[in-house]
Amino acid sequence: MSRILEEKIVKTLLFITAITAVFSVLLIGVFIFIEGLPIFFKYGIVDVLFGTVWNPTNQVYGIWPMIVGTIYVTFVAILIGAPMGVGVAVYLVEIAHQRISRIIIPAVELLAGIPSVVYGLFGMFAVRGVISSLERGPLAEYLPANYQTGYSILTAAIILAVMILPTIINISLDALKAVPREYKEGSLALGVSHWQTIYKVLVPAAKSGIITAVILGVGRALGETMAVIMVIGNTPLVPAMDWTGLFAPARSMTANIALEMGYAGPEHQQALFATGIVLFMFIIVLNSVTTLLVRRKARK
Amino acid sequence: MNNVVRNQKIAFACLSGLGLLTVLVLIFIIGYILSQGVSMINYEFLTSNPRKMGSEGGIFPAIVGTLYLVGTTMIIATPIGVGAAIYLNEYTARGKLTSMIRFATEALAGIPSIVFGLFGFAFFVILLEPITGGWSILSASLTGVTMVLPTIVRTSEEALKAVPDTLREGSLALGTTKWQTIKSLILPTAMPGIITGLILSIGRVVGETAAFLLTLGGTLLIPNSLLDGSRTLSLHLYMVAMETGAMDMAFGTAAVLIVLILIINLTATWLFRRLIKRFS
Amino acid sequence: MATTQIKSISGAVPAGNTVETGNSAPQIVAQDLDLFYGEFQALHKINLDISEKQITALIGPSGCGKSTFLRTLNRMNDLVKGVSIKGEVRIGNENIYDKSVNVVELRKKVGMVFQKPNPFPMSIYDNIAYGPRAHGIKKKAQLNEIVERSLTQAALWNEVKDRLHSSAMGLSGGQQQRLCIARVLAVEPEIVLMDEPTSALDPLATLKVEELVNELKQSYTIVIVTHNMQQAARISDITSFFLNGKIIETDVTSKVFTNPSNKQTEDYITGKFG
Repeated sequence: MSRILEEKIVKTLLFITAITAVFSVLLIGVFIFIEGLPIFFKYGIVDVLFGTVWNPTNQVYGIWPMIVGTIYVTFVAILIGAPMGVGVAVYLVEIAHQRISRIIIPAVELLAGIPSVVYGLFGMFAVRGVISSLERGPLAEYLPANYQTGYSILTAAIILAVMILPTIINISLDALKAVPREYKEGSLALGVSHWQTIYKVLVPAAKSGIITAVILGVGRALGETMAVIMVIGNTPLVPAMDWTGLFAPARSMTANIALEMGYAGPEHQQALFATGIVLFMFIIVLNSVTTLLVRRKARK
Repeated sequence: MNNVVRNQKIAFACLSGLGLLTVLVLIFIIGYILSQGVSMINYEFLTSNPRKMGSEGGIFPAIVGTLYLVGTTMIIATPIGVGAAIYLNEYTARGKLTSMIRFATEALAGIPSIVFGLFGFAFFVILLEPITGGWSILSASLTGVTMVLPTIVRTSEEALKAVPDTLREGSLALGTTKWQTIKSLILPTAMPGIITGLILSIGRVVGETAAFLLTLGGTLLIPNSLLDGSRTLSLHLYMVAMETGAMDMAFGTAAVLIVLILIINLTATWLFRRLIKRFS
Repeated sequence: MATTQIKSISGAVPAGNTVETGNSAPQIVAQDLDLFYGEFQALHKINLDISEKQITALIGPSGCGKSTFLRTLNRMNDLVKGVSIKGEVRIGNENIYDKSVNVVELRKKVGMVFQKPNPFPMSIYDNIAYGPRAHGIKKKAQLNEIVERSLTQAALWNEVKDRLHSSAMGLSGGQQQRLCIARVLAVEPEIVLMDEPTSALDPLATLKVEELVNELKQSYTIVIVTHNMQQAARISDITSFFLNGKIIETDVTSKVFTNPSNKQTEDYITGKFG
């Protein structure tokens, strides 16, 4: 009979471990909101969200520059990383010899494993060096002096593009592999070339998976902290809205939190949690979009 | 027709170029960090304390801190993560509860690490200070547990799913209980896959910085207990690069990190291959 | 053609399924057993007595319910979602579907060998010792004794005694199946259920397993599902013919194969369908 009792105890314990994840998500949500909401009430949602001045010493907490900085850097990172990632995935599924795949796939795994501070350090020297020589060389006459440090949205976006590659490659790879062979064979049998088959049949068929991959890449870029802090310059100002903005130093929401939490007073802390809420909402919206996409695909 | 052939040639050349570029980027990053930092690595660097805010001396406390943090996090996260995977795969049919648990696990995986840091700061560091000692290895580990949980649950579930049902039937038909079957047959069979997930999680803890920046305290002293603050190699790299400005020390630490991550990845790959062999 | 045949039996009272072959009372009695997979009824009013220390073969075309019935005898169907059961199965004097029944103990008493050999990914020794260990036997000497006895009973001892501690996965298919039989014997069941145990084996390995089953009859009650009629004819004492979830005929094997009382049985045995 003791075996039966043991079975019951084990089942209960396992159940507790299983709901830990649910509790963690709830706790995380609750704590971020409890700590961050008061600022919105005190200074007004509009002023906090759309205020363009961030000056905690004078109790001015406008998050707008960080929202723009985050969106800007994420957008540029996706612009570079998404075509490259999808391209590599197509290459691996359709073109690459197996021997070459066996080199590229572990390389992608390894890219995913490199710590973000290492990316940051690399960016601080290798990438910033190139960008700053551009800024001070051929572009010098177009850029204001504070846009010539090499710390910029473009620098951060390049690093982020590399960091999100593994996510985009892996998930696009799965999506492309899941396309039924018949599609490809059907197209090839009509005398359509391999490349035409790829971009007219395979990629469209894998579309929802590829979009999911890109959205997850967006999520990673939005949430990245360390690598961005180390290369973006961290100026809490809205960057110029023309092409020179690419070379502007800026600050992301994640960087805002990480940089100032260490010395923030009580109200300042709340403002940083409020930044966290905005970031959290971005991620929730993204996750919902992905869930919807996956569901829609499942229904098909 | 010639156009079609030419277009295909150009397209394929571009795509091959992208594949090559990916590998080159990796080689360049690793090569750059190692070339700048590997000359720093010697016995003294690894075993002595930092001096002058980390601008001189070694990285010993950061190595100790990393080991402490990885150890504590994994000791707590492993039973929870593997347990959850067993519950999901062996004890329940698909239903509302399991889809809620799966949704929460996915959601955890998508939360940015700085948000984990904020949560850890508010909950473990401030609210539970009497238990966790405020900024401490314990606070950071508990935060780390919530971060690695999705990885462990997902990989363990995959490993359990790969165990054929015929084994479960064979064991149950001998008059064993479900738990006996899991404990003495299913878990050992799935072990390489589970361990792969654990190793990937270790990699995640080693590489994580943002969450620990807000929960670990960052002191350069060697910790005496789990309630002391500490600093990991990643955190140390960030601090000497951004605050102390000691770039040689930063590159040295980065080189150590790269070597560690290489070892962790190679072990995981090797184990994964063994897993595949077992079922083929 | 099949539908007309079903009509012809649907009116008939199930033929007398109790066959007097020994003097002891039957060990397993299935009474008016219905089984449903959700809405679908897979077994209809099964009545069957199975006698002690005999080999009972269940034959019939695939999908006829013979394997499903076999798996009701050790309640392996409990593992399948959506299965519900009406009626009784008595083993000894106990209805095994009674609430008070401990399924784990039941399965210890009623062992099972599966279609495909399913050795555990561990050593030969550990495969055999797995069951006894789970039932609380820890002493090395006792386990050694059980391992040797079970493997000997399963006619495998001489082939593997020198490599007890190497992986069971390295054995041939036939050896693996005999290992699985030995594994069942190690927990000392009274009844052994076999679900097409030779369907994945080559003819030579099949022959060895058949010889073994014949030997085992001395000490165990055996119920074997087979798609192979020659096999049923060679080794069983009693044969029960299933069709569309019903028992059509149960009788002494020689009679079923030489002089069946039901037309459908005859058609099946002579290969007119199936």
